[in-house]
Parts: sequence; C-alpha cells; structure tokens
Amino acid sequence: MQAVTQATLDFLKLYWAPLLCGVVIVAVLPLIVGYIVLIERKLMADMQARLGPMRVGPHGLLQPIADAVKLLIKEDIIPDDADKLVFWLAPVFSVGAALLAIAGLAFGPAFQIAQDLNIGILFVVGISALGIFGIVLGGWASNSHYSLMGALRSSAQLVSYETAAGMALVSGLLLAGTLNIKSIVEAQGTQGVWFGFLAPVAFFTYLVASIAETNRAPFDLPEAESELVAGYMTEFSGFRWSLYFLSEYTNMIVVASVATTLFLGGWLRPFANVRWMNFMDFLPPLLMIGIAGYCVLRMPKQPTRVQQIFMLAVAGLCFVVALVLAAPVLLPFVKPSLKESVAPFYAGIHGGFWFIFKVSAYLYFFMWLRFTIPRYRFDQLMRLGWHFLIPLSIINVMVVGVAIIVASYFKLQGWAMLLATTPAAILAVVAALVILSIDQKNQARQESAAASDFYAG
Amino acid sequence: MLDKALFYFFAGIAVAGAALMVTRRNAVHSAIFLIATLLATAGIFLQLRAEFLFIVQIILYVGGIMVLFIFVIMLVNLDVALHQIKFARQKWVALIVTLALTAQVGVMFWTTGKMPGQGFPILTAAPANRLPPNAEAVAKSLFSSYLLPFEIASVLLLVAMIGAVVMAKKRE
Repeated sequence: MQAVTQATLDFLKLYWAPLLCGVVIVAVLPLIVGYIVLIERKLMADMQARLGPMRVGPHGLLQPIADAVKLLIKEDIIPDDADKLVFWLAPVFSVGAALLAIAGLAFGPAFQIAQDLNIGILFVVGISALGIFGIVLGGWASNSHYSLMGALRSSAQLVSYETAAGMALVSGLLLAGTLNIKSIVEAQGTQGVWFGFLAPVAFFTYLVASIAETNRAPFDLPEAESELVAGYMTEFSGFRWSLYFLSEYTNMIVVASVATTLFLGGWLRPFANVRWMNFMDFLPPLLMIGIAGYCVLRMPKQPTRVQQIFMLAVAGLCFVVALVLAAPVLLPFVKPSLKESVAPFYAGIHGGFWFIFKVSAYLYFFMWLRFTIPRYRFDQLMRLGWHFLIPLSIINVMVVGVAIIVASYFKLQGWAMLLATTPAAILAVVAALVILSIDQKNQARQESAAASDFYAG
Repeated sequence: MLDKALFYFFAGIAVAGAALMVTRRNAVHSAIFLIATLLATAGIFLQLRAEFLFIVQIILYVGGIMVLFIFVIMLVNLDVALHQIKFARQKWVALIVTLALTAQVGVMFWTTGKMPGQGFPILTAAPANRLPPNAEAVAKSLFSSYLLPFEIASVLLLVAMIGAVVMAKKRE
C-alpha cells in the first residue's frame, strides 16, 4: 500500500504541470468550442445580412451556455436495433482522439502538455486521424441507411485526403528539418520567413485537405443535410450528438494549429527578427483596448439594465487582457533593469496571443469558405483529391527538395530562398494542371462509354 | 514501478484484445478489439521510448489499415456472414501449429534462464534521457546502412500497388 502511495506521489511530482494543463484544456475546451460556434453563427448571419442569435445575453453572448444546457437535458435516444456497445463507444472515441491530439500542440513557447515531443507534429496528425473511427463506427452502429452512407463517405474521403495532407506536411517538414514543434517554429524564427511563403503549394494543399478532413463545407458530404439528413450523426441526440460536435470543432482547432505551426510561424510575431518592426508589440494591447472601447461605446444602446452591465463587464475583461499584454512590453521602459526577468513572460504571453490570433484567422477562413462555396458532389470531391491534390502534393515534395538543395548551393537564406522556391512552386502547379487536363480528356472519352462508378475514386 | 505497471497495463489490453478479436462473431466488434490491441502495442513501443515506432504504428496500422478494414467490413452483408460457418475448419492443424509455437517459445525462455548467451538476448536498458532522437536515428540507419533493403522493400510495395490497380482495371 505504501509503495503505491509513494509511486503516486512521485508520479504527481513529475507530471503535475502536464496533468493540470490537461484538466484545464478538457474543462475549458467545450466553452471555447461553444463560442467558436457562436462566432460562426454571427459570421453566417453577417454574410447573409441578418443579425444571428440576439436573445440570450447582449448580442447573444450567452447563447453557447443556453445551447449547452439544452443539449445536456435533451432525451438520450438509442435506437432499438443499434449496436449498443459501439453506439456508446463511437462518440467517445472521436472526442478522445481530438482531445489527445491537443496534448502535442504548443500554443506558445511555454504552453505544451507533452513537452518537447520528438515526433511532435506526427503525433498530432496521427492521433487526430483516429477520430475517423468515431464517425465510421457511429454511422455503422446506428443501423440506419443515412448513417451508413455518411460513414462510408467519410472514410473514403478521409483516406483520400490524408495522403494529400501528409505530403503537404512533408514539404513543410523538409524546410524545417525536424518533427519537433518547438524546433519547427524556431527554424522559422532563424530563417526569418514563414514556411507558408517558402512552400505556398504545400500550404494550399494542406488547407484544402484539412477542410476535407474536418468534414467542413464545401466538403461536408458525410453529413450533407440535403442528401443524408445529418449523415453519420442522424441517430445521435443530446449529449452524444454534442460529443460529435465537440470533436468536430476540436479537430478544426487542431488542423488550424498544425497549419499555424508549420506554415504561419507558430507563436512568432510577424517579422520577429526585424528590429524596427518592434512597434508591433504594441498592437495586441491596442487591439484589446480598442475592443473594450467599442463595448463601452455600444453600452448605452443595449435595451435592458442587465445587458448594459454585461457589456461593461466584457469591456473590463478586454481591458484586463490588454493590461496583461502591455505589462511585459512597457515594464522595461519604466525600469530597464527588469528587462531580463520580464523576457520569459513576454515570450509566453505575446507568443500565446499571436498563436491564437493566427489560429483564429485560419478558422475565420474556414467559415468564410463554408458560407461562400456550395457543396461538392461526391465524385467531384474524389476527382479533386485523386486527380489534382495528390499529384500536386507529390510533385511538390520533389521540387521543394530540389529547391532546398539549390538554395543551400547558392547559400540563399531567409527571404532570398524565395528565388529558389517560387519557380519550384510554379513548376509543381503547372505539372499538376497538365496531369489534370490529360485526365479530364480521358474522363470525357470514358463518360460517353459508361456511367462512372460512384465510389471508384 | 510505474514502468512495470504501464507495461502490464498495455500488455494486458493487447492480449485481452487479441483474444476477444478472435472469439467475437461480429466482424465489426472483432475490428474494434484489433484496434485496441494495436493501440496497446503502440503504447508498449512508447513505454520503451521508441516514440517513432509508436506513431508509425498508430498512423499506418490503426489510422490507415484498420480504416480500410472497417470500410470493407461495412460493405459486406453482415447478416449473411453471421450465418455462415467461419470457425473450426482447420481445427487440428491450428492446434498442432499453436502447440509447436508455444513449445518453441517455451524452449527459448528455458534456455534464456539456463544457458547464458542462448535464447532471448538480454538487452541493457537504455538511459531514459540520453536516447538519440528516434525519427533521426531511424532515418539515418534506413538511408545509410540499410539503403538497399529499404529500396527493395519500396519497389516490392510499389509492385503490389500497381498489381492491385491492374487487376482492378481488368475486371471492367
């Protein structure tokens, strides 16, 4: 008994920080996801010239909490003919994989649960890909045709697009020369240029493939509501359904974070090495103060007393965040001796800000696409994946490799590397387009002969 | 202490998952238990600090092959498959082979204990914090000392892939 207690204590002593981080993430993530959904609804409303949720809280700010309560107290229905065990397991699998993948991410130089993981980005990508089982098994266990169709589509889609996404990551990793997330970001810091500029084709490929992998519109065929009711989620309700929802949005955060880390410089400020750009350190606090000021300005327009107070509270929160962001920048000016001791705080707080900022921009792009582009047909999706994205990404890996060798031969560094990588990117795109056009010619010839096989891919 | 507990945890899951995978009648349940076994094996790799093997196991076997397995299983009509006799066709052959294998492993264990230098090689434990980064070490040995076998294996896989495509095309 004593040995067990001792072992537990040792374990806690070693791992209390990651454990705490894990608990915090699991506890806070549903709230974050709720607010991402609110922002998405607001954006959708804005793009369709309406107001969106307005009732619960000022400008619908409490809507996520109301939604969560609704989902929790809904009746939990398991269909009679469903496979009970698998039906129970599937959503848990999805959420577990998505949450576990977050452990490998680094939200700043200091915020990483699995510290300095050697396989870094592979861990995140590999674990988050396990979420597919939740979708496939859930669709199968529901014992419904719509669900099964959704699950089949989902697995076919994921297997097809994972190749393209993986190849895109390989192109980026060639530039970084390491799998460790921290080292990837540091490599971009020393190069002085984000890999998104050096490997634009890889970034584009990953962008498209990541939309397909997270089952977002325009590639949301596994849950296409006009064809399959809700795809694999048709038979799920209440809490189980919300688990799927949670895993879908967590996966969005994960792919956005991977893209940010590898292609958008992670937690680095834009132009982190350029001395005269240091004024950009003042942008984050100024942004937060701006939001706070806007909230105060809008306060008198709120209809009721409670909503006015709520608006002020939001303004106060933004102001506090602004203070936290401003402190490590301003303190060295007040007291130059503090500069050394403030440096880690500066790196942590501002790193976190820029990382979250970039991830939000990526997610915003996701939502923008969702409201802009109509859904693809399944054979179109497969053709795009196999006939364009996969050849493009494979060619890109080769030409990026050649470009790196050329750049090191001519001793090109930083932005000068663009001289080698830009022609490579153009070459890759042209080659892939040639392959696509040849394919399309063949397709046109075949189509007159026979009807196309839907799942042939 | 912790290492041992983790090992027995993962090993237990792996063995139980393998046993359940063989005995389930429903193919999807079998697949789920196979996934559990593969994940537990990955856990043992991780516990041995072979993190690259861990993630390769997960990406390839669990994330790749098992997804295809389940994809195929779902296309099969399970109701028909359930009524077919699937077990007990090579019962006696299987029994003999299993016994032979068990005896072999037993002899290996026995010689490990009795005769030094025979049986299972006893490896010294690697220092926990001084291992070279896995991915780099694997890449270096694959692309320098084992380049030729690696390339031959790649060509073999490529041949298999092209062969599958050709056979699928022929049927049309």
